[in-house]
Amino acid sequence: MIRKAIRAAGPALVIGVGGIALWEISFAIIQPDGFVLPAPSEILAAFTENIDEIWVATKNTGYIAITGLIAGVILGVLWALLVSRYRTANETLTPLAIALNAIPIIALAPIFNAWFGLLSPVSNQSIVIILVFFPVFINTTKGLTAVKPAELELMRSYAAPPREVARKVRIPNAMPYFFTALKIASSLAVIGAIVAEYFGGRQDALGPLIVQNAGLTRYADAWAAVLAGSLLGIVLYLLSGIFERASMPWEHAAETAGS
Amino acid sequence: MTTREETASAVAKLERRDAIRRLVRKVVVFLLFIVVLGLAYTGYKAFGQSIDDAQTDWPVVGAVLPRTDDLTMPPIADIMAEFGQPPQRNSSKPLAAFIAEASLFTFREAAFGFVFGVLLGLAIAIVMLRSKWLERGMSPYLVMSQTIPLVAIAPIIVIWGSTSMGWLPFEWKTWMSVAIIATYLTFFPVAMNGIKGLQSADPAAMELMASYAASRRQILVRLQLPASVPYLFAAFKIAATAAIVGAIVGEISGGVKGGLGRLILDFASRYTTGPERLYATVIGSAVLGIVAVGLVIFGEYLVLSNRKEEPLSL
Amino acid sequence: MTDKAACAVEVSGATKVFNTGKPNEVKALDHIDLSISDGAFVSLIGPSGCGKSTLLRLIAALTHPTEGTVCVNDKSADQARLDRDYGMAFQTSALFKWRTITENIELPLQLMGWSRANRKERAAEMLELIKLPEFGDHYPYELSGGMRQRVAIARALSFRPSLLLMDEPFGALDEMTREHMQMELLDIWHKTEKTVVFVTHSIPEAVFLSQRVIVMSPRPGRIASDIAVELGDRVFETRESPDFFTKVTEVREALRFDHEVDG
Repeated sequence: MIRKAIRAAGPALVIGVGGIALWEISFAIIQPDGFVLPAPSEILAAFTENIDEIWVATKNTGYIAITGLIAGVILGVLWALLVSRYRTANETLTPLAIALNAIPIIALAPIFNAWFGLLSPVSNQSIVIILVFFPVFINTTKGLTAVKPAELELMRSYAAPPREVARKVRIPNAMPYFFTALKIASSLAVIGAIVAEYFGGRQDALGPLIVQNAGLTRYADAWAAVLAGSLLGIVLYLLSGIFERASMPWEHAAETAGS
Repeated sequence: MTTREETASAVAKLERRDAIRRLVRKVVVFLLFIVVLGLAYTGYKAFGQSIDDAQTDWPVVGAVLPRTDDLTMPPIADIMAEFGQPPQRNSSKPLAAFIAEASLFTFREAAFGFVFGVLLGLAIAIVMLRSKWLERGMSPYLVMSQTIPLVAIAPIIVIWGSTSMGWLPFEWKTWMSVAIIATYLTFFPVAMNGIKGLQSADPAAMELMASYAASRRQILVRLQLPASVPYLFAAFKIAATAAIVGAIVGEISGGVKGGLGRLILDFASRYTTGPERLYATVIGSAVLGIVAVGLVIFGEYLVLSNRKEEPLSL
Repeated sequence: MTDKAACAVEVSGATKVFNTGKPNEVKALDHIDLSISDGAFVSLIGPSGCGKSTLLRLIAALTHPTEGTVCVNDKSADQARLDRDYGMAFQTSALFKWRTITENIELPLQLMGWSRANRKERAAEMLELIKLPEFGDHYPYELSGGMRQRVAIARALSFRPSLLLMDEPFGALDEMTREHMQMELLDIWHKTEKTVVFVTHSIPEAVFLSQRVIVMSPRPGRIASDIAVELGDRVFETRESPDFFTKVTEVREALRFDHEVDG
């Protein structure tokens, strides 16, 4: 069991540790001055030095990301349940959603700022909600509708009402699809929150922190904020994974269906 | 035999007609949606304005719902009219022309980034194919690389571009830094889908190639790469949108002139003197995104139309 | 292209074990001795899991014996594979769906570096052989299952190997098409004089096609019986003859492993 875990994680650890070591060593040798990409030790130092500022910023950005993620997921799942019930709705709305997803959502940020106010969290949350909605809706609908015909016929033979069919067949079938989308959505939520912050919002959040430090050529500080953003994204991703394992004990979480 | 042939081509013709019908229906639904959206927008405005002053007493309006005055929500007719208006005082070039030029600029950045991202992603996929160890080792980092908000460090990349790229034989323009961002956003979906696609080759076909004593390169080029094409196109669709978004955001945070990002920034800062211009530019960005994905879908149609999975049982 | 060896296939004491030492270790084949002479049509038949496909793959050098040797055309099986001495057909036709029929037939020729002119000529010849000359520019999806298998056979023979290895190629076809394809295959065999090793599940198919039916026992696979079939030149009516029925019964009896004939 342990050996299996090592086999699974081993190569990644080797590449990761090796990569960072290589990075650190080559910088120690070359010692470029004030380079845009500092050595890992410098970034880590900046991270710990500014930890208070970074922590506050992470909380603020995290708030937007998490609230937007939850709202977007709920909306996406509700719409998916609705649309999967009616075949014509599915055939018209799902391609529409795919087409709408092609629009650069982030371009709506300035408009939302005008609608809800520059400093209001709602404008940024709206961006996150829309970003999250699409993958969750599209994937969950696929999961709810791509049920094997044999299973549906079985339920028909039991004269099961649509709600039972949904509970017993469609929803379990959709869960792997949902969790794939959830994982994608959690990183989208963080990135969306940070990028929306460029257009407006509180200044003590990760987005402005990155941009301001970069503008002042304080690269180590900027990268420290980027690191915080990545950690936030990773935490959300891992939380999704835990949620997934808890909800689907019958399936090895690694074998999730593709999107 | 000839009757079989005739039937086959007749069925193929029917299928083509069905496919066109489905496409037309999708376009109609999309246009209908736009119309519904426009009606909802105008309806909401009308409703809000009919209540007039009372709306300022509503706690919800302005916080969770937008205000309906003409500054916050300009009427659709005004927005459409603005496309024809020249935004600059000293020239008569209409807004639409500015948006079109900026779209082309942004598109070029995204396209360059996309092409390099595809090549890079494919290269990574091929390398991961070679070694299971590498695949297991690199996958987590590939996934993690997309959680790094690279668009956030666009300004860093722009500065890096203008200072450290002097050794190149050509002049490094700022738009190239934005193209790098687009590359970064493209290579991940292409690499992840690429490895899946390369591994999707029919096992019997793999045995066949082994029976021919085919070299590894031959197997890659003749079997695995063609087998991966449907997967790659799925990735291209994601990457096309990502590249456009990355380009716009890169322009904004990197202060790059000439693209849609710059227009959005300008019109956002001058919002009060002409909100319609911002809306028009946002519409232009939406159109660009759709065009980009449309190009990929068209390419997919060209390449995959002769493959169809469904066999004819005659 | 290849010199005719007296013994096309020679398997001695071949044993194949999968996953040695692990908890899921399985002995697929146990000391197989088999000689197949040049130009023969031999069937391998047996219950599921008897290792007949594994044996075929040993001959094809797609896998290697744990013990024992496999010789093809007086060389090691690996050398025969490198020399492209055999063509192979599978249950799924394994045609490349992005290539036209002609391009599919040309695939091995392309890999072997044939010139374009030679490839085209050979592909046209093969299309004539399988009686589908007007389908060259079609794509696999436009052809029925039976037609696709014919193309797979044409592809297997395009580079004129001396040996044809077939792993239940007609398994996915319906009965009528199957019987038709069997006649086609025999026709091709007569015209091209190849050695054919044919793996199948179907007793009537094995008896109809071959001169020798090798019956294999359940896992671990051993050769249980080696039954000669003398029915002369096959025609459609052969399936309805009493001699055919007797032979089929003989094979069926040989396949009854659940009950010991001699105490």
